Amino acid sequence: MSDTRSDIVSVVERTRLVAAGGAVVAVHFLRRTAVFVLSEEALVFAEPDGETRRMAIHGGAILATAADGERIVSGGDDGKVVTTDTESSRVLAMDPKHRWIDHIALGRDGAIAWSAGKSVFVQAKTLRTFEAPSTVGGLAFLPKGFRLAMAHYNGATLWFPNALQAEPERLEWKGSHLGATVSPDGHFLVTTMQEPVLHGWRLSDGEHIPMSGYDARVRSLSWSAGGEWLATSGATQLVLWPFHGKDGPMGKTPRLLTPTDYRIDVVACHPRKAVVAAGYGNGLILLTRIDNAIILAKNVGDAPVSALAWSADGLLLAWGTEGGEAGVIDLP
Amino acid sequence: MSEQSSSEKVPVTVLTGYLGAGKTTLLNRILSEPHGKKYAVIVNEFGEIGIDNDLVVGADEEVFEMNNGCICCTVRGDLMRILDGLLRRKGKFDAIIVETTGLADPAPVAQTFFMDDNLGRKTKLDAIVTVADAKWLNERLKDAPEAKNQIAFADVILLNKTDLVSPDELSDVEARIRAINPYAKLHKTQRAQIPLDAVLDRNAFDLDRILDLEPAFLEGDEHDHGHEHGHEHGHEHGDHHHDHDPKDHKHGGLKHYHDEEMQSIALRTDKLLDPDKFFPWVQDLVQKEGPSILRSKGILAFKDDDQRFVFQGVHMILDGDHQRPWGKDEKRESRIVFIGRNLPGKKITDGFESCIA
Repeated sequence: MSDTRSDIVSVVERTRLVAAGGAVVAVHFLRRTAVFVLSEEALVFAEPDGETRRMAIHGGAILATAADGERIVSGGDDGKVVTTDTESSRVLAMDPKHRWIDHIALGRDGAIAWSAGKSVFVQAKTLRTFEAPSTVGGLAFLPKGFRLAMAHYNGATLWFPNALQAEPERLEWKGSHLGATVSPDGHFLVTTMQEPVLHGWRLSDGEHIPMSGYDARVRSLSWSAGGEWLATSGATQLVLWPFHGKDGPMGKTPRLLTPTDYRIDVVACHPRKAVVAAGYGNGLILLTRIDNAIILAKNVGDAPVSALAWSADGLLLAWGTEGGEAGVIDLP
Repeated sequence: MSEQSSSEKVPVTVLTGYLGAGKTTLLNRILSEPHGKKYAVIVNEFGEIGIDNDLVVGADEEVFEMNNGCICCTVRGDLMRILDGLLRRKGKFDAIIVETTGLADPAPVAQTFFMDDNLGRKTKLDAIVTVADAKWLNERLKDAPEAKNQIAFADVILLNKTDLVSPDELSDVEARIRAINPYAKLHKTQRAQIPLDAVLDRNAFDLDRILDLEPAFLEGDEHDHGHEHGHEHGHEHGDHHHDHDPKDHKHGGLKHYHDEEMQSIALRTDKLLDPDKFFPWVQDLVQKEGPSILRSKGILAFKDDDQRFVFQGVHMILDGDHQRPWGKDEKRESRIVFIGRNLPGKKITDGFESCIA
């Protein structure tokens, strides 16, 4: 750690601190405005001109958010699904039983998916619902076709919301699957599990890809620009699984970067370059090139880094911590 | 690591008890008494608690196995989801109470807290509190394995509805409870009336609170039979509780029973243990007997070690650490206790003795 820190700062950055006013659980960019998601009630907007403003959107905990650059869709323990842009927010849906909205996913063409316990909802032109076999752990749209992947106990389910006759496809793997992501090419589904492992499926044939070696449950996943690597949290090294080629990481070992004494809690890949931002449990943020050159190290406090996001042009990196520290880093 | 100190961790009390025993009455008392504290309550989805409070949440009792090759490592998945969500509102409440259905096994609930690093960092399991119905518990112990599990698992037992039974019936049901779990704090109540500090903030899973492992009924407590039961304690290497005949006899007013299925085993030695023998033995034991061992606790004196080592466990999950230096005049004695179903007493006793340095 100490030997890498001396020669790291190869870029000069400017950091603007943002008074978030609470634990930050996620951050998204709406164009060049960084929007910090607090654990309760509000979003905090850090405008490009330096202004900071707070917008209350939920009546309790904010449990899930997803963003597409134009809007942030959030779910709360108030049973509401809320959409927010830079101007205002409005309630998209209210769970009839006031159940918690646990997960949110955004698809192409404005489709929005959310789940409350076992119930999954997709709002596109019409509202479709689906009962998963057990509590849903994560949602992800496939990039092609109108299809939603959901992680749950003992596997995942692929559902075509518009194909009312089609049987959902079940992918089985024993255990509790808690998060889901689909590779940008649509060939692979990867879930995070309660155990410190990931599980992948090649969707063409259902071939299994167990991915293990973590210290802790993996909570953050991010695809590199181009989708060749999947960056992951959960270890004291940055673990990158290779997804080039039709076999993905089958039979391959991951690339391990930037070993430190602390665990990575959150990762975010640069939208254009082969660069990954990693946030550690001790408040450290490292920017690393996938070829293993650290280009920036920054300590942002003592609390675990809990949120990282890049602006679409890759020039701004926003971060937040469990302790409520937050900021925007301006990179050349 | 930004490890939060245990004082900042949110305490979680697990409330179990067979249907109709008085769980809901106790819960309502906890929520309505003017104690100035706020509780978040996780009720089972079929719960009937009629309280309008946004900190009362329903959870599904889905249980699943961990992929670690141990069939007893089951956790409550939905409880994790609810706790993760509640912890986003940390600061809005002082403690969490998890109410289970009457048919629930407490083990997956307890194990949930040991199997998730986020929960382990932000919460601490405080105690398993079991409410038992003085009138019907004997019947339930015969026909409902869940009822027996809940008694065996408990740190605190409320023997409730004592006004509905005669003194004789009461001492009988108390003896039945003690045959299964001699270590829990037992309180006799009517309409679940009990000072809340007897139920909450018990720190029963806190290693620092493992002080001694005497059966609770020897401590006097609020009982009327505080005399020494010398026949089952003080043996050099421990023994099996209540393994004597006749099965039903009285000692100064307290009946003694032997439960055919669920027992506790208490072992002790004043010879120092060899840690290189003890740890492999206890790991192997809980690995193999994990499904039948419900709870375990121990205070250990190792050779060449001036520190007391303490551990506690749920099925095959063990949590242990050095606690403090042995006192100058303190007797360096090792004691361990297992509560479980059909425990192989001889095998455990022999194994423990083979760990003597």
